[in-house]
Amino acid sequence: MGATITEKILARAADKNSVIPGDNIWVNADILLTHDVCGPGTIDIFKDKFGVDAKVWNPAKVVIIPDHYIFTADKMAQRNIDILRAFAKEQNLPHYYDVGTPRYKGVCHVALPEEGHVKPGEVIFGTDSHTCTHGAFGAFATGIGNTDAAFVMGTGKLLIKVPETLRFILNGILPDYVAAKDIILRIIGDIGVDGATYCAMEFQGEAINALNMEERMTICNMAIEAGAKNGIMEPDKTTMNYLNARTKEPLNQVHGDKDAKPAKIHNYDVSSFVPCVAEPHLPSNYAPARERSNVKLDRAYIGSCTGGKLTDFIMAAKILKGQKVKIDTFLVPATAEVAENLLRETIDGKSLLEVFAEAGCKDIAPPSCAACLGGPEDTFGRAHGKEVIISTTNRNFVNRMGSKQASIYLASPLTTAASAITGQITDPRDFM
Amino acid sequence: MAKADNDIITGRTYVLGDNIDTDLIIPAKYLTLIPGIPEEYRKLGSYALSGLPDEHLRFVAPGKEKSDFTVIIAGKNFGCGSSREHAPVCLGAAGTQAVVAESYARIFFRNAVATGELYPLESKQRLCDLFKTGDNIEISLKECLITNMTSGSTFELKPLGAAGPVVKAGGLFAYAHDEKMI
Ligand code: SF4
Repeated sequence: MGATITEKILARAADKNSVIPGDNIWVNADILLTHDVCGPGTIDIFKDKFGVDAKVWNPAKVVIIPDHYIFTADKMAQRNIDILRAFAKEQNLPHYYDVGTPRYKGVCHVALPEEGHVKPGEVIFGTDSHTCTHGAFGAFATGIGNTDAAFVMGTGKLLIKVPETLRFILNGILPDYVAAKDIILRIIGDIGVDGATYCAMEFQGEAINALNMEERMTICNMAIEAGAKNGIMEPDKTTMNYLNARTKEPLNQVHGDKDAKPAKIHNYDVSSFVPCVAEPHLPSNYAPARERSNVKLDRAYIGSCTGGKLTDFIMAAKILKGQKVKIDTFLVPATAEVAENLLRETIDGKSLLEVFAEAGCKDIAPPSCAACLGGPEDTFGRAHGKEVIISTTNRNFVNRMGSKQASIYLASPLTTAASAITGQITDPRDFM
Repeated sequence: MAKADNDIITGRTYVLGDNIDTDLIIPAKYLTLIPGIPEEYRKLGSYALSGLPDEHLRFVAPGKEKSDFTVIIAGKNFGCGSSREHAPVCLGAAGTQAVVAESYARIFFRNAVATGELYPLESKQRLCDLFKTGDNIEISLKECLITNMTSGSTFELKPLGAAGPVVKAGGLFAYAHDEKMI
């Protein structure tokens, strides 16, 4: 029997001819990613278990991208950056993207591929649940805790269980004003927040092939919201074009076998998909945007690894151009590169930055995770009360954006921008 | 760190429902604490489950570092969301010895096993509808049983499966050592 792309990558990483779902195997890691929230704890365990003078298994494979609590006066947050900086220096890590320097990037999951650290067929472990984002490039990528990460740091290996594959075949043409976010929210709505627990979510089909890399990342990013171990897509020309512009290193694609037998196949025709939201307090609370037009909003938020990429801001600008927002609208580009492109990218002769300023959005914040996960009290865009928020982020759990009383609706950048203009949940096709 | 010395865990339960996510278990503003630093470990314990809505009985009483409850009973998908190891760690620091849930989110389960902070046990039945906060219980790890001493009924737990040997060894590092990986 043939193997899925996930099984093939894992077999190769385990130096085996083949593996089957349920096998517990030791795999070699190609990249270990960490950031300021989990990095210090990981380093602490690494030193405790391997010794204070221990060296990481391969400095070129450890990537540290501080992004969570950056622009804050919080002393503990600053101490944690100091720990990362000292560790990077002591270990001679070439891929540390330090705060307060021109190397600073922003949200790790957008920066990692931008900087050429993601390659098809590789195994990527990250101390962050949204590490699954990188499956969009045909890699096996999954989130792990500090103890596991410390183990990888010291040995380059990790014991993992081969997941079963759930295949999602998405055919048809995505209608205008419907985005990748609408695809993944629809799927999570159908299978639930534990619908893919322990599984690989594999996305294929002409609707996926038609998406650019950033939209593909949005889909894989939220695989964890259905409980998946990883999200994954086969690499193609779009993947290679993106990566060849980012790295000079050789790229080897891994593909699944034609006769692979996933545990389950879900078929979708995306031509019937509509702009939607996930209502509080679970990403699986799917509702078409049009059916929730009675919901009044206090705030719109565009940012994060899910919805703060250049494509997301282009979508938002398409709606906001020549309009005025009615509610507080917070924009946080995921990375420094995205921020620069807001200035460069134009729409009818105006930069995206100008479009947003003229629409009355708040001044753009520097790149980081910002209010996506609440964070310290002084975090840009953080909720402090009973705000009703529409957001391009990935989680709408109680307390996610900093306040237990706040309500978060997840949506695409198009739906978020349209809703910012009216102050109510709005189908972006009203602005066609 | 609260592993049972023998195969029996006893204590009082704290009962929760489905989809208890990591933002409820440990709100993001406390993630600056480093679990390996003893003082910060204890602080993490004092904030365990502090993201729950205010109507809930506090898991750790204000001003305390440890909870009066040593076993958490929950529904489906316990620990969903973030990969923050602070989640099982804060529960362990608060004195939690075991969580008994209908099912777990993958990373929480894995982190609980890798750290050895607590036993992530799965019940065959939905116990969160049958147990009340404050019930006295006894868990036999060897026999895979949980008894509610308050109501007098006993329920089966699922065996730990592939994670069993790792838990038994005392976490990932100890297991890897036994396996001669390190
Ligand atoms: S942007 Fe949000 S979801 Fe993404 S890594 Fe940062 S905190 Fe996590």
